[in-house]
Amino acid sequence: MNPLSLYEKLWQSHVVREESDGTALLYIDRHLVHEVTSPQAFEGLRLAHRDLWRVGSILATADHNTPTTNQKVIADPVSRLQVDTLDDNCRRYGITEYPMGDHRQGIVHVIGPEQGATLPGMTVVCGDSHTSTHGAFAALAMGIGTSEVEHVMATQTLLSRKAKIMQVNVEGVLRPGVTAKDVALAIIGHIGTAGGTGHAIEFAGSVIRGLSMEGRMTLCNMAIEAGARAGMVAVDDVTLRYLEGRPYAPKGAQWQAAVAYWRTLHSDEGARFDQKVTLDAGTFEPLVTWGTSPEMVVSITGRVPDPALESDVTRREGMERALRYMDLQPNMAISDIAIDKVFIGSCTNSRLEDLRAAAAVLKGRKVASSLKLALVVPGSGLVKAAAEAEGLDKIFMAAGFEWRNPGCSMCLGMNDDRLSPGERCASTSNRNFEGRQGAGGRTHLVSPQMAAAAAVAGHFVDVRTFLD
Amino acid sequence: MKQFTPLNGLVVPIDRSNVDTDAIIPKQFLKSILRTGFGPNLFDAWRYLDEGQPGQDNARRPINPDFVLNQQRYQGAQVLLARENFGCGSSREHAPWALDDYGIRAVIAPSFADIFYNNCFKSGLLPIVLPADVVDQLFHAVAAHPGYRLVVDLAAQTVTTPEGVAHGFAVDEFRKYCLLNGLDEIGLTLRHADEIRAYEARRAQSEPWIFGVSA
Ligand code: SF4
Repeated sequence: MNPLSLYEKLWQSHVVREESDGTALLYIDRHLVHEVTSPQAFEGLRLAHRDLWRVGSILATADHNTPTTNQKVIADPVSRLQVDTLDDNCRRYGITEYPMGDHRQGIVHVIGPEQGATLPGMTVVCGDSHTSTHGAFAALAMGIGTSEVEHVMATQTLLSRKAKIMQVNVEGVLRPGVTAKDVALAIIGHIGTAGGTGHAIEFAGSVIRGLSMEGRMTLCNMAIEAGARAGMVAVDDVTLRYLEGRPYAPKGAQWQAAVAYWRTLHSDEGARFDQKVTLDAGTFEPLVTWGTSPEMVVSITGRVPDPALESDVTRREGMERALRYMDLQPNMAISDIAIDKVFIGSCTNSRLEDLRAAAAVLKGRKVASSLKLALVVPGSGLVKAAAEAEGLDKIFMAAGFEWRNPGCSMCLGMNDDRLSPGERCASTSNRNFEGRQGAGGRTHLVSPQMAAAAAVAGHFVDVRTFLD
Repeated sequence: MKQFTPLNGLVVPIDRSNVDTDAIIPKQFLKSILRTGFGPNLFDAWRYLDEGQPGQDNARRPINPDFVLNQQRYQGAQVLLARENFGCGSSREHAPWALDDYGIRAVIAPSFADIFYNNCFKSGLLPIVLPADVVDQLFHAVAAHPGYRLVVDLAAQTVTTPEGVAHGFAVDEFRKYCLLNGLDEIGLTLRHADEIRAYEARRAQSEPWIFGVSA
């Protein structure tokens, strides 16, 4: 038999039919739904008098607009209408939803895996680009637009074309203070934000095998920031241990059968890849983004780059524009950049492991008095409860952080949590685009421990000096 | 889906790479539950000097005179000329909806982010990939000639300059067919409902846990 890559295995097992031009009808196993990208899809179904194909495939939650202080009321009527519309639609069609106030509610990409609703060998879609997160479970997980959400609702399929495949091997051992987030940023810094365009990325190598499921999710989450359609990691014992006993995971004899199949979900020896990239993790350091694209990233020990040294005109102008927006000078030390706010949260870094790592840095310390706000927003109600059971909330609050309710929050500021114009933030989220966290706001992407260390120092600082 | 008809459109250039979906339509406007009405807020943060909010009277807001979309010579543009990796970021279809609502019918760039590229077709918008050097020439031509127009012909798969130079572009057969005919993809797919059911029956045997209901 031909050796196959993980992507090809997932692709082949979901093709319902294929057109002569390569367009395939791909069967969708799991459909995650949130309030922002679904209302027009439900509306479309109703206008065409169509029904849902398989209601059991859908799991819904409100996350983007949810307030993180008081979850009972949404003050903004426009946000409220969007969340109410999701609740109404779920009720009307009998869709399982974790609405605001439910202890399982949270960011859609946190709750899917947490519930075991994301399983190996599945196709997973959601009207959200960070659906790539779920690829950590050897699932083919893709973000889709609202018309496609409607298409999946009505037909359980997606019109798709086979992507090219890139294997990113990260070998070696991560040094202390270097996390999955730094690996993700290092990869993006290396291949660029368009480096993965048209590709699905399989992350492999000893470093990936050594990551927890949380870490693998962080990495796959940011595959989209490298331009890739999907990110994925092969199944191993770490995957299986995470899944066993989760609410949606198979039980008993089905679990045994599932495990036997899931164990085949890896790239075969000799599988073909369109591109291969190998990185040595031994050289990785804690990273900080300096610009308005995730590829604009540099080590904490480094300096803001100088556009004058860039020969490509479009790139140089892009750097100059980014420096103006970020209000930074070339050659300035990263550790000299002072911050106004700190945000620990988002589908990239809001899981228990992330909160533990940040709390470990904060224990017995206080956030700098110059900080206007330090915010922790757990990814789900269950993460929040688990963190509280360990006393992490106490550590955060003693240090001067606010401990909030789950949601997307200041990752994109559709609720009340956002940056004011000119404010600078150390953020564990995934996008540092202009205005992402609030109009005129300046975002620096970092790992949870780097965010915690920056909160204490009031400026970026090498977290490794905190770890000894 | 809206039908794509041949076009002879005024070109507006957005001369920066990695234009992301947050820039195309900022998040505060994603709270709408409608598909239309996003045009006035296309590129909102670049187009206006204040911070826009949904439901505002945009005619009363201070505009940024430096931004291309506000310049007199580009009023009524239907073709957007862009740099690499246009549309990166989120999967929000609000981005092509906003371009469409504004009046843009085709976007030309050396490369697009995958999800955005895909979403364009669903909104009847045509994303066209041309080689970087051709795009660069077009940027120069637009700057040099006020009123610069391009003829976009999807059936022939060409972009033709006023001088008569035709640049061919690639597009998937199936997408082209749907866009030219304004076809409803869901309706097309449902013609294969029996195949989908047969597939489902097979999977229910081999991977029954996929079809288990919630715990
Ligand atoms: S946390 Fe941020 S990136 Fe993740 S789904 Fe929410 S808004 Fe999108």
